[in-house]
Amino acid sequence: MSEVPNREGEFPLATALSARSLARRAAAAPPELRKKRRPLELLIQAFLFACGAISILTTIGIVYVLGSQSWLFFRSPEVDILEFLTTTSWVPAVGQFGIWSLVNATMMTTTFAMIVALPLGLASAIYLSEYASPGVRNVLKPILEVLAGIPTVVYGYFALTFMTPLLRAIFGRDVVEIYNTASAGLVMGILILPLVSSMSEDALSAVPRSLREAAYALGATRLETAIQVVVPAALSGITAAFILAVSRAVGETMIVAIAAGAGPAFTFNPFKAAETMTGHIVRISGGDLSYDSIDYDSIFAIGLLLFLMTLALNLISRAIMHRFREVYE
Amino acid sequence: MNKVSKLTAARMESTPFGEDAQLKRNLVARHRTGSLWHALFLLALAIGIVALTALIYNILDQSFGLVALEVKVEPRELAQDGVPIEELSKEQLITLLEARVSKGVLRRLKAEQPLEQRDREELLSLVYERVVQPKVVQSWSLTDSLLKRHSVEMEAAQKYPSARLEFRSWVNPHFITQPQSSDPQLAGVRTAILGSLWTIAITILVAFPLGVGAAIYLEEYATDNALNRIIQTNINNLAGVPSIIYGMLGLAIFVRALEPFTSGALVGGVADPTTANGRTIMSAGLTLALLVLPLLIVNAQEAIRAVPNSLREAGYALGATKWQVIWHHVLPNALPGILTGTILSISRAMGETAPLIVVGASTYIVYDPHSPFSKFTTLPVQIYQWTARPQQEFRNLAAAAVIVLLVLLLTLNAAAIIMRNRFSRRMI
Repeated sequence: MSEVPNREGEFPLATALSARSLARRAAAAPPELRKKRRPLELLIQAFLFACGAISILTTIGIVYVLGSQSWLFFRSPEVDILEFLTTTSWVPAVGQFGIWSLVNATMMTTTFAMIVALPLGLASAIYLSEYASPGVRNVLKPILEVLAGIPTVVYGYFALTFMTPLLRAIFGRDVVEIYNTASAGLVMGILILPLVSSMSEDALSAVPRSLREAAYALGATRLETAIQVVVPAALSGITAAFILAVSRAVGETMIVAIAAGAGPAFTFNPFKAAETMTGHIVRISGGDLSYDSIDYDSIFAIGLLLFLMTLALNLISRAIMHRFREVYE
Repeated sequence: MNKVSKLTAARMESTPFGEDAQLKRNLVARHRTGSLWHALFLLALAIGIVALTALIYNILDQSFGLVALEVKVEPRELAQDGVPIEELSKEQLITLLEARVSKGVLRRLKAEQPLEQRDREELLSLVYERVVQPKVVQSWSLTDSLLKRHSVEMEAAQKYPSARLEFRSWVNPHFITQPQSSDPQLAGVRTAILGSLWTIAITILVAFPLGVGAAIYLEEYATDNALNRIIQTNINNLAGVPSIIYGMLGLAIFVRALEPFTSGALVGGVADPTTANGRTIMSAGLTLALLVLPLLIVNAQEAIRAVPNSLREAGYALGATKWQVIWHHVLPNALPGILTGTILSISRAMGETAPLIVVGASTYIVYDPHSPFSKFTTLPVQIYQWTARPQQEFRNLAAAAVIVLLVLLLTLNAAAIIMRNRFSRRMI
């Protein structure tokens, strides 16, 4: 009884009621203080946990599928894992499986994409974060978001029907082939620009105002503040953005499938056609593919390599973000 | 004392920044560098905007323009007693078809559906398709059509003396309502649009409950233990896996391993003539669901996290159970954010191409998909296939299909914004 706070005057009825019922209960039996068991609540919680666990199943599925099919591929007599990793000729018809022609093309397109996306992305992030007034930012940011929302197949179309003719007009039709890695890479850079820009801008705007004000107080110009104070302070975030951009470029498929060429070729000439890892997977699986053929198994081996590459890049990006992040109070 | 003040005076004359004049020169140079870089930063953004403009210009340029049309039979010749074919009655059209179309084709057409049972519009389009047989022999871009009309006319007259030059919008009602065809004149995106909608419907039905459920679990129930941390990290990592890998997962799991289910054999039991061993809308929808799930979960988590704790505590204080608090207080408040995130994920799924090609979107189908176990093609896949062909007319079709796709995506996003605004008003 004494535990019930005496609030007479405020809730006279409630207090009276609860006091009476408590008294009655106390007389009959000790109060039931255990948590009531609610099976439905438990069921719901189990269902929700299952929803979360699906993501784990997805990962296990990816690793299992890629791993088991690649195992079949590497076990087959025509394939030698050493040859796979060291030679440069990919001609499944005669049993040559040298991954480097595909990896090389992927690296070519990725390099071109980074040449476009990294400087432009960082520069526009600096502009949006350090120079633009809120009004200007509200106009410019949605434009970048639109750029990010356009399906990649449209970029592929753009690369083939706009960028390639443009390159051929500049460098000559004899030099530039209809399908080439340069065109695909440049357009891929435009696709990735918004990603670099928005991630870098997030990193830049996370730098506290006090750092900028200190720099201004020392007489630094806006540029000096941005380049010598804000960018170094946000370097971990920017680096993470760059690495994530590389990962996106490596895994990008439709642009290279349309514009980079259909047929593996080991070449360092950006104006020649060469098929990337992703482009090869799409072309092979788009045709009539019979299961249990070496072609079918080979795309899973390429997929496994692709998965490992992007996973490694993503993990590095995340690690940099966490390890080297400067925390300001 | 005197010495000290002299020293300060000397120091004042030459500041750490140099002599007065030098300081000024230095400052001017620094500001010049500053404004130069300012311009460069702006230029970077401008390049992005120019790229977007070029992309849109390129699409529009290819979607409209002059075409040179050759016909097998002039429609004028088909006119009966001065009445043009557009105004002929149903019976007259049937006699015309029977007179002009070869016996074999006629038999096939009648087997599909007797001519008498078809309506007038259908017969008229049959007359165009089978008798007039218009054929695009060349097409020009919008820019050429507008600015160099004269040289285009000269070229057309020289190369195709019998052809008629006309302005054509490749996006037109016929294009949207007709199925795919190997003739660019007749091809449409009807099957592709329907395929996209079916696939997306399955994606939403699967991904939305699972995604929101997982987000609720992670935000409301999960304690900070190893298992839950693994789930969270795993979701973040899955978001970075290239979409084509999901396609391969779908190919191995949904198309091959679960074939009895995804081909519809297990569910319907009816062997559908249009299905192809698991390469169905169901497989595609499930694959896309797995693909957008991480994105959806992360967005939903953010929305749930934004609901203030005081609301939950108020609920508990009134004696509500955990689920009652979530269902009646947390979810309604998080709904606008969850919906926005869902629509963003759906737009992503709508534009995905690579995983669907891997899962086995058909290259050529003319029948509407009618169940989740039909063969399918989607708009982006259709665009890819048309782009991959060398003929210019198919490029025009691809551009027109891009416009349809972008309009669909825009509508979807507009719907998201409207829905969000309506819901958030109701909340407050």
